[in-house]
Amino acid sequence: MRLIKHFAASLFNSLRDLAPIVIVIGFFQLVVLQQPIPNLGGLLIGSLLVVLGLTLFVQGLNLALFPLGEGMAWDFARKGSLPWLLLFAFALGFGTTVAEPALLKIAEEAAVIAANGGMITQSAESQAAYSDGLRYTVAISVGFAIVLGVLRILKGWPVQYLIIGGYLGVVVMTALAPAEIIGIAYDSGGVTTSTITVPLVTALGVGLASSIKGRNPMTDGFGLIAFASLTPMIFVMGYGMLL
Amino acid sequence: MNGALTHFIEVLLGTMLDVLPIAAILFGFQFLVLRRPLKNPREVLIGLLMVLVGLTLFLEGLDLALFPLGELMAAQLTSPELLDIGSESLQAEWHHYFWVYLFAASIGFSTTIAEPSLIAVAIKANQVSGGAITQWGLRIAVAIGVALGIALGSYRIISGTPLHWYIMTGYVVVMLQTLLAPRSIIALAYDSGGVTTSTVTVPLVAALGLGLSSNIPGRNPMLDGFGLIAFASLFPIMSVMAYAQLSEWRSRKRSQ
Repeated sequence: MRLIKHFAASLFNSLRDLAPIVIVIGFFQLVVLQQPIPNLGGLLIGSLLVVLGLTLFVQGLNLALFPLGEGMAWDFARKGSLPWLLLFAFALGFGTTVAEPALLKIAEEAAVIAANGGMITQSAESQAAYSDGLRYTVAISVGFAIVLGVLRILKGWPVQYLIIGGYLGVVVMTALAPAEIIGIAYDSGGVTTSTITVPLVTALGVGLASSIKGRNPMTDGFGLIAFASLTPMIFVMGYGMLL
Repeated sequence: MNGALTHFIEVLLGTMLDVLPIAAILFGFQFLVLRRPLKNPREVLIGLLMVLVGLTLFLEGLDLALFPLGELMAAQLTSPELLDIGSESLQAEWHHYFWVYLFAASIGFSTTIAEPSLIAVAIKANQVSGGAITQWGLRIAVAIGVALGIALGSYRIISGTPLHWYIMTGYVVVMLQTLLAPRSIIALAYDSGGVTTSTVTVPLVAALGLGLSSNIPGRNPMLDGFGLIAFASLFPIMSVMAYAQLSEWRSRKRSQ
């Protein structure tokens, strides 16, 4: 009985999360464009699936992803082996990014742009090579970002110095990189952090910061995702310069 | 019905393929390197299954209901007829784009509220701050940032000004705010820039960028269509720091 009540409550929360989109789309369709809503049945079923899916996801977060990330952070702290922790950090960043569907899409688009801009030849092979290269560049940069972020938590470096350093990197690279790559590079920072990676990485950071004496989970635990969205911009512009 | 079921299974398999490398890394390190058993293996497995099925239903529902309509609307709102781009005047006046800006801001706001990774970070931030940061406070602050970012990003595409000017100016503002904002919010604010743009926001925002850059004369969708996501990841950093500055200022005023 308590379980059902709990589930009903979180279902209601998800409903509230979705409501703004439905209102926005409804308003523009009916009031601004003044057109009927096509396929109303599909819209209702789809919204129901979204609400149900969001409810399950949030439950699963609290049951699995958060405890896993934090538990592993504590275990690594107890084990006390820095190389293994850094290897884990790299693997997590690289592994969650390299197959990310949003990244695949952006890499393919980027290859087309590069071919049209004459940076590479028009052939399918050279485009595939270009987009694979871009994908691995982004994945390596995210792995590097998580390693750097974990080191920061261990050493207690203030987050803003690293971020400002990263911004300067972006500024310098923007001045040097070919114009065609800049838009793609800036966007690639945003697409790297997927829905499963974010909770895991957040829990890892907060867990590490709470397991180490003298670190504050609020000031030191967050920040990993910020690095993961900054380094791809620099690396992708570097990739554009090399080719 | 049969087609819907096979489609569902396809999406489920796709999600599983996404999760598989992550699970391999997690369990590989847990059992081979850390050599510790999981604390609640049954709960973790059930939870992982819920994440998997939940994400699949979520994506499936978006594909079925919201994305087609949202993308269609982005295309219609940016169509030459609605924008009233006449044959004499190549460039429409800014107020012709009023609905585009309003759509950009409201779709940015509403998709951010439904973004699952932002919900995750908000839950964690609420726990870690001991309740000082409320889930809704953070989520609304981020959503306002995304709304402003997407609207300004649309203006950039319409006006055809270079992307990096805006981003560099944004960086300067972020650095100034970093000096002034309470220290405890800084890392979280930087993080909220990265979490805003994922499953829900990216497809709709990309459709908007594509629609704008292909319908406005003189814009190249290949070059000008990009960049909206960069705006959506920069502006929440400012709005979250502003939120913290505002609540600090209010509590200081109250204690006086």
